[in-house]
Amino acid sequence: MWKTIIRRVLLMIPQILILSILIFILADFMPGDPFTGLVDPNLDPAQLDAMREAYGLNDPLPVKYVRWMKNALQGDFGRSFNYQQPVTAVIAGRMGNTIRLSLLSIILTYLIGLPLGILAGRYNESILDKTVLVYNFVSFAVPIFVLALLMVWVFGYNLNWFPARGSISVNAVTQWDKWMSQLYHLLLPSITTAILGTTSIIQYLRSEIIDAKVSDYVKTARSKGVPIQKVYTKHIFRNASLPIASGFGFTIVSLFTGSIFIEKIFTYRGMGYLFLQSINTRDYSVIFVLALFYGFLGLIGTLLSDVILMAVDPRIRID
Amino acid sequence: MATNKDAEAAVLSEDKATSAPPMGFKVIVREFMRDKLALFSLILLIAILGTVFIWSFIIDQDVVQTVSLWDSYLPPMAMSEDPMFEGTRYILGTDSAGRDIFGLLLIGARNSLLLGWTVTVVTSAIGIVVGILAAYYAGLVDNIVMRIIDFITILPQLMIIIIFVTIVPNYNVATFAGILILFNWHGQARFIRGRALTVGRLDFISASKTMGTPSIVIMLREMMPNISSLIIVNLTLNFAGSIGLETGLSYLGFGLPTGTPSLGTLVSYATNPDILENKAWVWLPASTLILVLVLCINYVGRALQRAADAKQRLG
Repeated sequence: MWKTIIRRVLLMIPQILILSILIFILADFMPGDPFTGLVDPNLDPAQLDAMREAYGLNDPLPVKYVRWMKNALQGDFGRSFNYQQPVTAVIAGRMGNTIRLSLLSIILTYLIGLPLGILAGRYNESILDKTVLVYNFVSFAVPIFVLALLMVWVFGYNLNWFPARGSISVNAVTQWDKWMSQLYHLLLPSITTAILGTTSIIQYLRSEIIDAKVSDYVKTARSKGVPIQKVYTKHIFRNASLPIASGFGFTIVSLFTGSIFIEKIFTYRGMGYLFLQSINTRDYSVIFVLALFYGFLGLIGTLLSDVILMAVDPRIRID
Repeated sequence: MATNKDAEAAVLSEDKATSAPPMGFKVIVREFMRDKLALFSLILLIAILGTVFIWSFIIDQDVVQTVSLWDSYLPPMAMSEDPMFEGTRYILGTDSAGRDIFGLLLIGARNSLLLGWTVTVVTSAIGIVVGILAAYYAGLVDNIVMRIIDFITILPQLMIIIIFVTIVPNYNVATFAGILILFNWHGQARFIRGRALTVGRLDFISASKTMGTPSIVIMLREMMPNISSLIIVNLTLNFAGSIGLETGLSYLGFGLPTGTPSLGTLVSYATNPDILENKAWVWLPASTLILVLVLCINYVGRALQRAADAKQRLG
């Protein structure tokens, strides 16, 4: 297994290189540069050009790329023009918010998805199962930004149950107040994410359990005299959760990515929001590192999923 | 070949005498008759499509998009306060520039539907060609295609699309559609390849190869008909996905260019908290229409999917 993992990690290196070159070229093609917005009539064009020269913006592309790569290998991913800080610091500043939001979303997703999937599978064709199927269908079809807007409108503005924007209240003074305020701000966006995030969990669990119910190992267990409750919790659930385990790598990775739509609609200052801001301010260094980071996470997600699947299901050999 | 066909026809006619299995279009009709919600979705969908396309061509886009500051943010059913539009009643109110929301809704829906459909058809076409080629030739071709698909899959799709949208010079509807196609064909190709691989292993394909049938004929006349029902199902489900993606991007401001309103453009008014909270008539109809459209299209797609797979049929 270790051999496989090491091989896969080595295979990731060329992929990351291609990805970085691609995104670097794209970022370079963007119209305007970080100084375009600063142009004011008092500033001499020659001075502006000198600033561009000083930041190396006028160098040819390969030169810029190699310079960037050299620095990146030493842990220096460039500076954000907009924030006047190292890119890593800017991203790290937002990462906490995104991780908190994603963590709560993931927990809620499983809290909704697992019981509904298990019950729908166990009592299939019941009213509960039919209701879950309708919910499952709707959660598959509905675009997240539409649901998020409706949620903000109904629960944030009209009913005033939840704060509609931001990640913390300005009135929070003590540490405890801050934590509670943060949690309160997280609730609505994470509930929205969780409502739409359960689709594959419910679908897989339900169909796997329905299939397992008539399988030989379940019949054996029943004829041995294993109580039906135990058959479900010990025998069927373990097998039925395998497909979910195969997606768990991406779930872990999604801790860091967050959602552009959710963060935009809830004005939640995480990674997705940072990306949109950087696009609007042409902050290339941030855009570039963010896109590369997301691509890297995608690769890690695939690898993790395979590793987890191998770990939980000894029958599977991936090479 | 001829004798083969005759024998096949004989077998089929014999079957018909005893009990003919339901085929083709009949199965679909039966599926919709058994599932009243699917029938309702289909009728609603046809009604919406009909209204949007006929009405949006009747109304004058220039009139709808004329700015009239007197009429800014009129609530639904209000009369126009602009002397130029005297006597006009705004059924769904107006936006900041005094434009008729109902008119914008029709034009936006038309643009979103057309763009979604174009993207879906083109990505499916590319997916079918690439998928079948990869499955038929297998080996090196398949390997190269799959590595490319794998690479596109790991790209942060939404981000890359946004980056592309901001860098494309003379950005217009066609380039936007092109960008969406560029980053969406791979899912189709992967799906079609998977199905075509199964079909390609069947005996009749090997027999056909031994008989010396040209590859192009095998792919077009023998492999494709066998996955055609899946292609139709996939087309429907992807249509809903494309509409979701386009309206989402337009909502973020990286979708259809200004001057080509989309449903997402109308929803994006809700970025302003004041409009979101107090002027719901501006963005709520468009959001509702998106919701109804994707739900109906998906539901119809599910019914088609059941019709295509005998094991899942209701009727």
